[in-house]
Amino acid sequence: MAEAVAEAGAGVAPGAPEVPGVPGAPEVPERSRALEGVRGYGLIVAMWIRSTMTYRTSFFLATFGNATVQLLDFVAIYIMFSHVEALGGFSLPEIALLYGSCSASLGLADLLLGNTDRIGVRVRDGSLDTMLVRPVPLLAQVAADRFALRRLGRIVQGLGVLGWAVWALDVAWTPGKVLLVPVMILAGAAIFAAVMLAGAAFQFVAGDAAEVQNSFTYGGNTMLQYPPTVFGKDLLRGVTFIVPLAFVNWLPALHVLGRPDPLGLPGWVGYLSPLVAFVAFLPASLAWRAGVRSYRSTGS
Amino acid sequence: MGGGEVLISLDGVEKVFDVRRRVSLMRREKRQVRAVDGISFEVARGEMVGYIGPNGAGKSTTIKMLTGILTPSGGRLRVAGIDPARERMRLAHRIGVVFGQRTTLWWDLPLKDSYGLMRRMYRIPAERFARNMERCVEQLDLAELLDVPVRQLSLGQRMRGDIAAALLHDPDVLYLDEPTIGLDVVSKAKVRGFLRQLNGELGTTVLLTTHDLQDIEQLCERVMVIDHGRLMYDGPLRGLHTAGGVAESERTLVVDLERELPAISVPGARVVKVEGPRQWLAFPAGASAAPLVAAVAADYPLVDLSVREPDIEDVIARMYAGRG
Repeated sequence: MAEAVAEAGAGVAPGAPEVPGVPGAPEVPERSRALEGVRGYGLIVAMWIRSTMTYRTSFFLATFGNATVQLLDFVAIYIMFSHVEALGGFSLPEIALLYGSCSASLGLADLLLGNTDRIGVRVRDGSLDTMLVRPVPLLAQVAADRFALRRLGRIVQGLGVLGWAVWALDVAWTPGKVLLVPVMILAGAAIFAAVMLAGAAFQFVAGDAAEVQNSFTYGGNTMLQYPPTVFGKDLLRGVTFIVPLAFVNWLPALHVLGRPDPLGLPGWVGYLSPLVAFVAFLPASLAWRAGVRSYRSTGS
Repeated sequence: MGGGEVLISLDGVEKVFDVRRRVSLMRREKRQVRAVDGISFEVARGEMVGYIGPNGAGKSTTIKMLTGILTPSGGRLRVAGIDPARERMRLAHRIGVVFGQRTTLWWDLPLKDSYGLMRRMYRIPAERFARNMERCVEQLDLAELLDVPVRQLSLGQRMRGDIAAALLHDPDVLYLDEPTIGLDVVSKAKVRGFLRQLNGELGTTVLLTTHDLQDIEQLCERVMVIDHGRLMYDGPLRGLHTAGGVAESERTLVVDLERELPAISVPGARVVKVEGPRQWLAFPAGASAAPLVAAVAADYPLVDLSVREPDIEDVIARMYAGRG
């Protein structure tokens, strides 16, 4: 063994480097930050999934339970409709379209980076330090931290309700409208993700702002399950032009259903969701960078 | 070794924190704290340097700037030619970090899964990984622990696990922040032995902060003392003792006498401080305290006593006393 050690020593001994001045690891080539982030995210997520799957039964029970609880949520709306014909002028399948799409969107965002709301704890106890010394972008590590596959439950439920809505709706499907449904879900998830990112950034400044963030994501989700017509104009303006939650599903769904926007925006606005999601990421990622730079760690 | 190539360099580095304190319900006061106040030093490849100072002196803040966790407020800082705050991820491949107070491992995973993830994260070639694992497992005694989730490890076991994790990618520099804090004597000896071997055989540059003077005595030829964010001393440990007016590694016998007396005289020890009926006697760390206690008790009205191990704070306190 002593020999092996000596050999190992010789291999990395300073003075005989492969690259001048670099005795240890070979110089790491420049890689795109985004690619490194995706790779690191994948590595950490894979590890958590493997770790989850060691308790397979527990995982399936948790996911099933998760989906069931979510489903009961929609059952409440279903029961409500046994007493009323329409809500804000919307029928049950129309509400199901709203409900299913934003549930699937939030579920997707929540699965992919739901754990960012734990960052406040990490900022306060200083455990972010350990992530900052690893060669993976911080956001990828924070988002993948304790990746919880059981969150598939909400996505499954959302897609289920959405599937029923599409089947039950009396809509003249054009290619544009057919395309709009998946686009709506993905763009909606991206908008929720941008809100989560901004919320996470805010937690660098305000130690425990997780609840503020939740009021926009989970709170926004509850709002978007109901038709925009039941809400006041000021709220609608707020979620259209300030925090663009209306683009998650309201505006695309209104277009699919052939209904006018209460604010009087033209129908094609429903197609803008991907663009809005992209634009929302700009301030969110700037805020995130500012947050990381302002990180002060803890005393020791 | 390495022909004195400079690996770490700091030039007038500062870190200023804004501290907001609530004065009353409505009013808040903003105050600036200079945690690091213009520090300059260089560390050459292959050195093993102790970085010491009292609590709140700025040790951890310096380490955090050297790892890219914190962005300096001023000055110039380079590690292996990299500006840590700007290129944190590139630097990560070149440094290993061990925080005594918290683990860099994944709490719920068995040790070996953490190492496997590290291997992929750092893109460590399989052969190099196997070689480093073998070395760490053998020298840090990890074989039995590889299947245990980190949360079930004792402090000493976890520390060894953390040190191994910091070294799998062959870093040029290893930072250790209080690596022996809270460890028992056996674990401390194991950790120190490993670090000595690492520095001696692989030539890894080591920078460690500690409260334990023995860490420094057994490991570091060079010591830097920091207090109030400034570098107070940079040189060999022996010089520090001279500067502080203390002989090498002394323990202190604190005796409480019945009444105030002039400095007492006991063979094998000398009085370094008198305060009312309490007197401080310094004696060589290697000597036994028992005969000393007996001698004091025989000649003087002894009420109470305690023995204090040498620690950094004392040395630094005396350093100031010696100067003033």
